[in-house]
Amino acid sequence: MPTMALVEAVRAGLHDEMARDARVLVMGEDVANKGGVFGATKGLLEEFGEGRVIDMPLAESNIVGTAIGAAVNGMRPVAEIQFADFIFPAMDQIVSEAARIRYRSNGAFGCPLTIRAPFGGGVHGALYHSQSVEAFFAHVPGLKVVVPSTPADTKGLLTAAIRDPDPVLFFEHKAAYRSIKGEVPEGEHVVPLGKAHVARSGKHLTLVTYGLSVHHSLKAAETVAHDGIETEVLDLRTLRPLDKETVLESVKRTNKVLIVHEDNVTGGIGAELAAIVGQEAFEYLDGPITRLCGPDVPAWPFAASLEQAVLVTPEKIAESIRTLAAY
Amino acid sequence: MAATSAGPSTVSVTMPKLGESVVEGTVVRWLKKEGEEVAKYEPLAEVVTDKVNSEIPSPTEGTVARLVVGEGETVAVGVEIAQIAVGGGTQVSQEEEQPAAATAATAPTAATPTHEPEQVEADSNGDLKRRSSPLVRRLAREHNVDLEEVQGTGTGGRVRKEDILAFIDSRGAAGAAVAAPAADEEALPLTPMRKAIAEHMVRSLATSPHTWTYVEVDVSGLTRWRRTERDAFRQREGIDLTYVPFVCKALTETLREHPILNSTWRDGQVVLKKRINLGVAVALEDNLVVPVIKDADRLTVAGLAHVLHELVERARAGQLRPDDVQGGTFTLNNTGALGSLLSKPIINQPQAAIATMEAIQKRVVVVEGPEGDAIAIRPMMNVCISFDHRVCDGLQVGRFMQALKRRLEGMREGGSLY
Repeated sequence: MPTMALVEAVRAGLHDEMARDARVLVMGEDVANKGGVFGATKGLLEEFGEGRVIDMPLAESNIVGTAIGAAVNGMRPVAEIQFADFIFPAMDQIVSEAARIRYRSNGAFGCPLTIRAPFGGGVHGALYHSQSVEAFFAHVPGLKVVVPSTPADTKGLLTAAIRDPDPVLFFEHKAAYRSIKGEVPEGEHVVPLGKAHVARSGKHLTLVTYGLSVHHSLKAAETVAHDGIETEVLDLRTLRPLDKETVLESVKRTNKVLIVHEDNVTGGIGAELAAIVGQEAFEYLDGPITRLCGPDVPAWPFAASLEQAVLVTPEKIAESIRTLAAY
Repeated sequence: MAATSAGPSTVSVTMPKLGESVVEGTVVRWLKKEGEEVAKYEPLAEVVTDKVNSEIPSPTEGTVARLVVGEGETVAVGVEIAQIAVGGGTQVSQEEEQPAAATAATAPTAATPTHEPEQVEADSNGDLKRRSSPLVRRLAREHNVDLEEVQGTGTGGRVRKEDILAFIDSRGAAGAAVAAPAADEEALPLTPMRKAIAEHMVRSLATSPHTWTYVEVDVSGLTRWRRTERDAFRQREGIDLTYVPFVCKALTETLREHPILNSTWRDGQVVLKKRINLGVAVALEDNLVVPVIKDADRLTVAGLAHVLHELVERARAGQLRPDDVQGGTFTLNNTGALGSLLSKPIINQPQAAIATMEAIQKRVVVVEGPEGDAIAIRPMMNVCISFDHRVCDGLQVGRFMQALKRRLEGMREGGSLY
């Protein structure tokens, strides 16, 4: 198996699906001639032509709206929003249109649309290139929300997203694009949506996370393992639908749960997880359901020191693990 | 200004501290169901401790939102046992919200007259010894573990999963599995009160080296006195005049004279009690309670009769208040009422001694008269005592019993009931 950076796995996934299925289109700002600002679509124009790899004007509502039209008419569009921070102009198209088409048409139409967007902080991107937006969409019935953490999962989950008959938001952490490398299976590789992955087994507490935070959490778990604390790390992979069975099974075994995400704390995925665990595993809890998340600040700071302050780091995670394990 | 709230606010009902040394209580019966409305001060639950049966009044008017602990479940003092939803709609005005919050703040005081606020303060400031997680509570329930016995190693001394699992392990199969009855046996369901009594008795015998003695008392004068007063007393006071208040009177006077038995062995020393609070055992069908006559030495025979009557009535109705059974310094048990002639009572901890008055029986005795010894038929009553040999020796108890005997034998018609 070749080793790839996460962004290369995006490209591999797109490439393989485009080669396999002529209905798959890629559309977005700078995706064709430039090959994407991060190079995620590099080489696709040359291989599949301008009929399937389409540069779009700087208007997110238009990108998504056009993609919805194509999807409803039988295509399998993959729309790219250049940065997740700019997805909000397309909010209405995504939430009020794409998410509802199946319900609205009484099942006559689906909307097999994938929307890819790089997100997350830690790359000195400041206010408009650092946000986490997953919780906004995870709230909406009719949408699926995927956040891969490894190159292999990126290819496998992206493949599943493209083949899914309904709209999927696919958020790629931009700090993981080149920093996270791993082996990626060649050829057909599908990772089903809605299934979490046990990234590390342990018996003292369950750490639930996703995206780049999975790697920070694994580092932290390794650190505290020297003190005899065995942390089970769950990579959610998909935020909607949530794989609550895997979470509950693990929590019922370890009896403690720490939820980690970079997105700010209030109303985040962690809140939903906490509610599920509190309600469905109450009698198994031996400690407070704990969240370690980004703080509720209105925007990501630019200064490196401040950026470090708001980031969820392996050190902060290790400290939270120790506190909860000792409780 | 109207504030929108997600639902009605709730007031927490906690296990009250039903006595000085009480650390936990068992909810025997819920008197309200979830969803049922409840008025302020209306009884919410029957709770039993090792000292008393009590009803917990609702701290507020509202709807029972949640019964947190099940019937038969034992929880530590201060642990939430129920939630009362206050106010109904989603539109709650600020003005309405305030009184509800105030009720919540004052509720524990209303529900638990003897609550010590300092203790609550300490708990909320990080002392987690008494705070158990849902998991630990469930394990304790499933394995019949008294969490007080488990050493906690978690934050603030909290009992963690690891602690209770280790405890269950160390206790071994003996404690974990209750031996099933054989085919020719039948196990009776264990009531909380039976369990409490059993534990108290074992603890008492293990705590105090019991020593026992008794005296024979000629109650000729006392029986005549009571006979002459009885009808008039009933007419006048509306209650029966039994022998018990007379014995109480003699006991308290003797305790004043010999205070050594009105004491307790505490932390390696004898601590004398300046007040004489006389506990009187009351046998019920499935229960044994010891209501306490506070400052019994300040009461006359008639006063004692009234207080006793009231306490016994309340005990039989299951309506003793926590205060009624607390603070006893010496206990009297009227075993004679059951026809007993001699008994060896077990000390009511942490007191120093317990006495019994036995059945009055006409016996042939030798009496000394001016013309020498004679055989006579006299009503005789034995008075027995078990005492804590750590506190004193036979010498002091012998003197005490002789003094008590003299007082009882000196009681005769013409004495004052008031």
